[in-house]
Amino acid sequence: MGNIEMGFDLHMDLVQLLSPSGEISKAASKSAKDIERLVRFYRAMTRTRIFDNKAISLQRTGQLGTFASALGQEAIGVGAAAAMEERDVLVPSYRDHAAQFYRGMAMSECLLYWGGDERGSDFKNARSDFPNCVPVATQAPQAVGAAYALMARKEDRVVVTFIGDGGTSNGAFYEALNMAGVWKTPVVFIINNNGWAISTPRELESAAETLAQKAVAAGIEGRQVDGNDVIAVHEVVRRAIDKARSGGGPTLIEALTYRLGDHTTADDASRYRDPEVVRAQWTREPIARLRAYLVSEGAWSKEQEAELHKECAEEVDREVAAYLNASPLNCDAMFEHLYAKLPDTLQWQREEARRFAQRSANGNGNGHV
Amino acid sequence: MSEITLVEAVNLALARAMSEDKDVLLLGEDIGVNGGVFRATNGLQARFGRERVIDTPLAEGGIAGVAVGMAAMGLKPVAEIQFSGFIYPAIDQIINHASRMRNRTRGRLTCPMVLRSPCGAGIHAPEHHSESPEAMFAHMPGLRVVAPSSPARAYGLLLASVRDPDPVIFLEPTRLYRLFRQEVEDDGVELPLDACFILREGADATVVTWGAMVPETLAAAEKLEEEGVMIEVIDVATLKPLDVETILRSVEKTGRCVIVHEAPRTAGFGAEVAAEIAERALYSLLAPIKRVTGYDVVVPLAKLEKQYIPSVDRIIDGVRQVMEAS
Repeated sequence: MGNIEMGFDLHMDLVQLLSPSGEISKAASKSAKDIERLVRFYRAMTRTRIFDNKAISLQRTGQLGTFASALGQEAIGVGAAAAMEERDVLVPSYRDHAAQFYRGMAMSECLLYWGGDERGSDFKNARSDFPNCVPVATQAPQAVGAAYALMARKEDRVVVTFIGDGGTSNGAFYEALNMAGVWKTPVVFIINNNGWAISTPRELESAAETLAQKAVAAGIEGRQVDGNDVIAVHEVVRRAIDKARSGGGPTLIEALTYRLGDHTTADDASRYRDPEVVRAQWTREPIARLRAYLVSEGAWSKEQEAELHKECAEEVDREVAAYLNASPLNCDAMFEHLYAKLPDTLQWQREEARRFAQRSANGNGNGHV
Repeated sequence: MSEITLVEAVNLALARAMSEDKDVLLLGEDIGVNGGVFRATNGLQARFGRERVIDTPLAEGGIAGVAVGMAAMGLKPVAEIQFSGFIYPAIDQIINHASRMRNRTRGRLTCPMVLRSPCGAGIHAPEHHSESPEAMFAHMPGLRVVAPSSPARAYGLLLASVRDPDPVIFLEPTRLYRLFRQEVEDDGVELPLDACFILREGADATVVTWGAMVPETLAAAEKLEEEGVMIEVIDVATLKPLDVETILRSVEKTGRCVIVHEAPRTAGFGAEVAAEIAERALYSLLAPIKRVTGYDVVVPLAKLEKQYIPSVDRIIDGVRQVMEAS
């Protein structure tokens, strides 16, 4: 079906190495089947999902702000982050904590962020990683700039950036792909195509048959991968990273998945999509799929499963406690990191904030309505 | 030491910044071989190479976004927006990212970038080339906004802007690019980013202005002196953060204030200056504050631009009004 005259094939072959029922493809290399690694992936995906459940219940009980769960999309973050080196740079969207956790972000940091505390983005690990990006697609050109910086300094580091299917409709995304193509920056763009931009389905976002083919116009390589297949995601991203690291330039990877949950805790997806369709998608989700394979290989048992859940629940409890017990934010925090040095014009504004905070703390304030 | 124009001073400062710090790089449309449409980057690609003087694809939002990414990784990008009317797509990156990267990450990542753009009317340019967007940027927490009005200040303020650890919007009045020459020593000495410049002392009235309106204001001061009215001319130059104290001290001395800017009147930066004076020096005033500004109209095309830009006459008239008020 490819357009031979134009010299490229618009029809991307979907890479899948693990079927929804957990059967491994003959195309999977020996290293792709490395059981130790796959167990690590399994543990990481499970850990993210258990965290998500807890985060949603914290939100429902008024202990967390709006939260964007990664339910069903864990394989993309884990597969991609596992293909990165620690020194590489992640430029995330706002639903990428599966990758962020794999790279060392503490669950308490994620909770602080969604709980309304900027300290959540002051990562203790992976300190070059960018903070979450809520304005859709603005992170894409930043990823190109970050990659340019690494390239200019001849550092052996690459950038991996995520975007949603809706984000690929945004001009910033095209501008970023285009610039990355011209400059051959070491950047890997990963589209988490979960089928939905809040309530807007994929087919209303673009008439393009695949989102991966958007790479073609930028003169870069586009790949499409089963985003619920962590083995395939890891393989495809690893190759793209290897290419970027060796000077081969950028790649656009479309990972096909499904948003099994609401857009965020502030959303009610039952308003716009058929629960039957969602139920059907549960047969394709990434964790059960990998578990089926591991079990079939004799590499995973019910006991290990129970132990993992217990371990994750304990970690989540510890991290939730760290989040809930974080030292209270002082009003100075609003001013502290605005500039390297607080300008004089802001000194009295900080004084005023302190004065009223003190009044409020003393019980003398009238607060808010 | 030689006499150079404002645009040559920009070039000189960029060259200086690039030779003293290898992390400084330039990006923008047509800034390389062509040296920029105003020639601000003339010769710099030949001198510093294509990796440090980058001809970008034509995408202003992308340019700003790329600069944010570079800056967060420790480079010091100086991005050029070719004409002022094309700066608006870049605002998303500036307000959502550049201005708050430090704050959002508690100082873990920062954004030491400069966004340079020509601004203002008066050179018979086509549509969308004559904007005065300083108030929009001055409204954004976390930024610095700078508007030079002479070759020497362009040199010193641009050097300071490039060296500053936070994002700076650097607005260059096109009308002044080649209006006059001035001796500028390439000594690497920067000017402060948090101080107004008193260009002329006077006891009768304070005239606060910046950027392209400085020459008209100084011309008005000459004429007024002939009438025996001595005005103090303050070039704000660094609009954000604003050095209110210098303005207040002057108004407390003169008791009268006129604010002159080219941008439209409503919610222009003059309103901020007037509000500060009203809040903090009202009882020093002998007359109401007067603003002489561009009208609240779309900046006109070439044929009417002179009637839009505040003239020497309008400034003189404004000063007379505050002089006659009491």
